[in-house]
Amino acid sequence: MPWAPWNDSPRRVFWDDGVAEVVYVPVFSMTPEHRPSSFPHRHLLGIEDLSPGDIDGLLDLADSYVALNRRAEKKQELLRGRTQINMFFESSTRTRTSFELAGKRLGADVINMAPSTSAIKKGETLIDTAATLNAMHPDILVVRHPDSGAVKLLARAVKAAVVNAGDGSHEHPTQALLDALTIRRRLGRLSGLTVAICGDIAHSRVARSNILLLGTMGARVRLVAAPTLLPVRAERYGVEIHHDMREGLKDADIVMMLRLQTERMQGSFVPSEREYFHFYGLTYEKLAAARPDALIMHPGPMNRGVEIDSEVADDINRSVILDQVEMGVAVRQACLEVLTRNLDHPEHNQ
Amino acid sequence: MTCRIADISVKKLRAGRTAYLGARLIDPASGYDAVGGILTDGDTIADLGPQVTADTVPDDSAVVDASGLIAAPGLVDLRAHLREPGFEHQETIHSASRSAAVGGVTTMACMPTTRPAIDDVALVHFIERRARETSLVKVHPVAAVTRGREGSQLTEIGLLADAGALAFSDGPRPIMNANVLRRALSYGTIFGALIMHHAEDSNLSGSGVMNAGEAATRLGLQGMPPQSESIMVARDIRLVEMTGGRLHVAGITTAESVTLVRDAKERGLPVTADTAPHYLVLNENAVGDYLTFTKVRPPLRSEDDRQALAESLKDGVIDAITSNHEPRDQDSKRQPFAQAAFGIVGLETILPLVMELVANGRLALGEALALVTCRPADLLRLKAGRLKPGWPADIVLIDASRSWTIDARAFQSKSKNSPFHGRTAGARVVRTVVNGRTVFECLCDRP
Repeated sequence: MPWAPWNDSPRRVFWDDGVAEVVYVPVFSMTPEHRPSSFPHRHLLGIEDLSPGDIDGLLDLADSYVALNRRAEKKQELLRGRTQINMFFESSTRTRTSFELAGKRLGADVINMAPSTSAIKKGETLIDTAATLNAMHPDILVVRHPDSGAVKLLARAVKAAVVNAGDGSHEHPTQALLDALTIRRRLGRLSGLTVAICGDIAHSRVARSNILLLGTMGARVRLVAAPTLLPVRAERYGVEIHHDMREGLKDADIVMMLRLQTERMQGSFVPSEREYFHFYGLTYEKLAAARPDALIMHPGPMNRGVEIDSEVADDINRSVILDQVEMGVAVRQACLEVLTRNLDHPEHNQ
Repeated sequence: MTCRIADISVKKLRAGRTAYLGARLIDPASGYDAVGGILTDGDTIADLGPQVTADTVPDDSAVVDASGLIAAPGLVDLRAHLREPGFEHQETIHSASRSAAVGGVTTMACMPTTRPAIDDVALVHFIERRARETSLVKVHPVAAVTRGREGSQLTEIGLLADAGALAFSDGPRPIMNANVLRRALSYGTIFGALIMHHAEDSNLSGSGVMNAGEAATRLGLQGMPPQSESIMVARDIRLVEMTGGRLHVAGITTAESVTLVRDAKERGLPVTADTAPHYLVLNENAVGDYLTFTKVRPPLRSEDDRQALAESLKDGVIDAITSNHEPRDQDSKRQPFAQAAFGIVGLETILPLVMELVANGRLALGEALALVTCRPADLLRLKAGRLKPGWPADIVLIDASRSWTIDARAFQSKSKNSPFHGRTAGARVVRTVVNGRTVFECLCDRP
């Protein structure tokens, strides 16, 4: 039987000699009081490393920030004196702004580094960049990189706590956490929900992090996409695979749309925008297969008329796309808080 | 010889009841073989069997004496190049349909080797409209797999299939980029799309103009090695293993390709294949003295390949025999061999050549007819190719005891590029019925 993330959650344990071992931790055997109370990680590199307890803890903490962020006075002192560097090797507006706001609201000094103005353009290797950064003593590095695994590579070489803000097609843990927070606040739970993730799953780090998180938290995950947009052996994630959108959305509680990159709809992965919208664009007609109160999510930025119909995207009763953005800041504040806390308690560090 | 081909207005006539009496009825799909009659009502078959006689048919039926003839389902042609739009000087849908009517072909799939290529929904609609307006027989479009048949970007496979494209093919142009074919097969699985791929490694074929063999050496012509086909067949089968897509190898001609396809079928892969009559009755020696009418892609192969191919018909490895009707004008064939165009017209010769296989004892009559009726129809998922009550009244009456000489000059096709001119055939189509209406009738006296 393939492992199902909602039954057993695999944990990769690294021993001193570098040998990795996967151990399975049964999720439901953990009662809340047995779940780890603090966040036992030095970095936040992916959902794969997190236990259900870690995730619940982060979401609870993020929840408290939502209310704070709605007040006129948003500033905290928790990260006072700390330096946060946002290194975006790939362009981003909303994620970078979200991290910047999160850091500033917690009182940190936040610096943004863009690759076009940095030494990376001049040929510096990632490891040399890390050495340079170490010399400046930052406390938190928020890193986005177009190559899968690059953030982990950097994390091994720096002294600061590293937050993965998206690496290639691998993981985007804070996106999955903010999606989870959005769902939890709307529906009160994650376990038992049916979530349909639709679109370019093969190239999506958002999809990978969400599959892992939702699976770990006991939701049923369906992947809905053309076979050319599904990664090979996707069924090994313990998810249902659908090529027909109406079948895939049937009775879903959550419809999570993914962005399709323009360069992938010119006939290489899908024939055209027109055909993609016809078969995989979210319209009211296809949405009718989902539960009547199903929520619509999108990590943004949206291609209206490609993966989602404008009408659906703007439906205030169904679309929680702007909630997601709001939750993003809160979730990132929670992540920054727990990682900074660990900077002072090296015994928590793995 | 006097023959009558219906005017296009025949489609507007009310098709009443017609009885074809005293024929040997062959339904290859069910193996039915008995002497009897067929009663058509409107555009469907109402009844057939020994019980349909002059005494039992309703009084208002027209009666056709078919005694001594074979009545079979109308032929279904998997691949015909109709050349409209873009090359109307070589063929039009109308002229091809007249050619098909004479050849007993009642349904044909129109290949996208047009200009522009059938790579857009609007062109599928165009072909369907032109077929409705001008064709005597049924025409279904095959759309291109890649835009402009250029082998790089996928066409809108889903929308084209919804519009009526029965299959997808880039014609006699291989998709050399394996990743493109992989994506086409993979994407096509959503719609169950049949991808008909011309198996040829064009780099290996290079500037070859005929089979790489003794004849090419003697004539001093550049050869296309048989491996350029089998390497591609092998590659494509691996891609089917990877994607689960439906692959049809369009036109296999070598012994090795037969082995590869047989092996793929034994492993249960969704792989099918066809060949054309010229590969079954001619070999590379037919090129003779630089006869450009024998220049075809893939080329006529060695005698060993021809024998292997003909043998494989018996065990079901080959799913269909197609005319691969490729009309070429005189100018493009009256050239030095290397410069002449590739292609053979085939709609009017497919049936006599298939019947040659029966006369030679290669195949039983039912087996031979299955390769040109129900089996290609099943591949295209068409309700065609069967003699069965309730099914379309698409019928061909064949005189299997008629010796006649094929005369390319008399072809209804606008193009006459056939290597079979002057060949003696032993069977002839004497009547073709589409949707219950006779579109072709041979009026010459029976011997």
